[in-house]
Amino acid sequence: MSSTRIICPNGHLGFAPLMTKSFHIGVAEKPDYIAADSGSDDIGPVPLATDTCASPSQWQEHDLEEMLLAARKLDVPMIIGSAGDTGTNSRVDMFVEMIKSIAKKHGLSQFKLGYFYSEVDPELIRTKMQNGSPILGLDERPPLTESELDATDHIVAMANAQPFMDLLDKGADVIIGGRSSDSALFAAAAMHNGHGPSESYYLGKVLECASFCAEPYGGKETVLGEVNDNGEVLVTAMSPAQRCTIASVAGHAMYERSNPFHENVAGGLLDMSNCVYEQESEKTTRVTGANFIASEEMRVKLEGAGKLGERFVGMAGIRDPYSVAHVDQIIDWAKTQVKKRFGEEGYELRYNVFGKNGVMGELEPVKETLSHELCVVVQATAPTAEMAEEICITGTRQMFYARLPDVKGTAGSVSFLLDEVLQASPACEWTLNHTMAVTDGLELFPRHITNAGI
Amino acid sequence: MTDNMHTKKLAEIAKTIRSKNAGVDKITFDIIFRDRDDYDLVRNSGALTRESVAVLYGIKDSRISDFVEYDPASAIKFTIYRNRPSGSMGDPDIFGAQQYAPLMDMDIPLP
Repeated sequence: MSSTRIICPNGHLGFAPLMTKSFHIGVAEKPDYIAADSGSDDIGPVPLATDTCASPSQWQEHDLEEMLLAARKLDVPMIIGSAGDTGTNSRVDMFVEMIKSIAKKHGLSQFKLGYFYSEVDPELIRTKMQNGSPILGLDERPPLTESELDATDHIVAMANAQPFMDLLDKGADVIIGGRSSDSALFAAAAMHNGHGPSESYYLGKVLECASFCAEPYGGKETVLGEVNDNGEVLVTAMSPAQRCTIASVAGHAMYERSNPFHENVAGGLLDMSNCVYEQESEKTTRVTGANFIASEEMRVKLEGAGKLGERFVGMAGIRDPYSVAHVDQIIDWAKTQVKKRFGEEGYELRYNVFGKNGVMGELEPVKETLSHELCVVVQATAPTAEMAEEICITGTRQMFYARLPDVKGTAGSVSFLLDEVLQASPACEWTLNHTMAVTDGLELFPRHITNAGI
Repeated sequence: MTDNMHTKKLAEIAKTIRSKNAGVDKITFDIIFRDRDDYDLVRNSGALTRESVAVLYGIKDSRISDFVEYDPASAIKFTIYRNRPSGSMGDPDIFGAQQYAPLMDMDIPLP
């Protein structure tokens, strides 16, 4: 065993295209693996609930094509995790087809394409619950109830490194993974080459968002991660404009997580409390001291989302200073008109007042509105599109007719950018952020191998 | 009244002030300093604490899941629970990326 080197050109592949210049510099380093994660739960619950992508297919294909051509030319494995933003079965199938079609387009020689699924049948979860294995909540959520399960359309389980390692053991040249921990796909490559879980998962942790671990700030640039026999992790920026510094690498450890010291994956915890960061050379930082602690019970994180209903959006502007000061009464008037027509239940109607507290809502410390104008965004959701549209247009247009006692302008209380309401994506909700006990890390992740190329 | 000679705004001292989702139920805030001196200045000022951010955002202490000082990055970091998961109807900040702004004006007393 010697060192293992992995390049990562993108975090959340597909959400914005990778930068080709630094990627080609990284490829010229002749890495042992080319890998990237394609998932995120940042994008809200709509893609998972409706089994769609947040990323355009052109950008997904762009990055997969760059990575596949480089990986086949170097004859090294290419690994993708959390296919198509959510990692559902349909997104895995879509990426598998993209790989096959890119291979065909370029006449690539035949190679082994491995893939695994992450989607979990709600009935399997129901059975576990009924057999006394509770689905425990994360982040202060209580254990899952059957009614929450009923309100869920799609559930994915978060794989650790095991399904990726299994496919590498079976000789896969390209792996398309279902939902997986960002760090797992990189850790799998390092552990496949014989490195220990501590340095392997740390390597994954630092590479998962590509150049977010480099400075100056700039996403979608390639970084090179290396793990050696001494358990050291070295991370190097490939963009000529970026460096991996102690501050940038340590800073990345806290990005998007509540705590910079711990990272949970199925079956264990990466403890980064004793990490030591050292500047190895101008563009490279060395990290040691991470510690992977295996857990006694194997619990897998579940993400689930469900559709609440169809959704429409309306917008209205307010400029009259008296109306600005009384915007709450204008909204109350419109809400009352909706209630008269549709009652109190069976729909949801929400107002965001930009210029007042539209961005922060209840967290906004500025209580006195300082703006000279406001934009009110109205959202309505209901079981059918017709009903959502009518509620939304009532809730928007009735602001125009609001009756304020001392208003000077009596020809209309709001301005309209559009005299219509717009259909938006369905209203959805994250219904599961929980964990489930399993017997081993492969249980929920069926694996397959097929051929691609000619 | 603020004594301008003896306080600075947090935005004048910190290199980075940001917020972002930490999963679907939480938003995390990072205040990162250029060097150890600026980090220590703010830490020792006692102005940026679990209690002071609870007051600033008008939330109970129980909504703060973590408040940590992170030496390797010269950073102070705290995380709050959302009232509803990200992207629920009416959530104006699905990524949680614009919730940091009130921190910028926080007054930090100088020694």
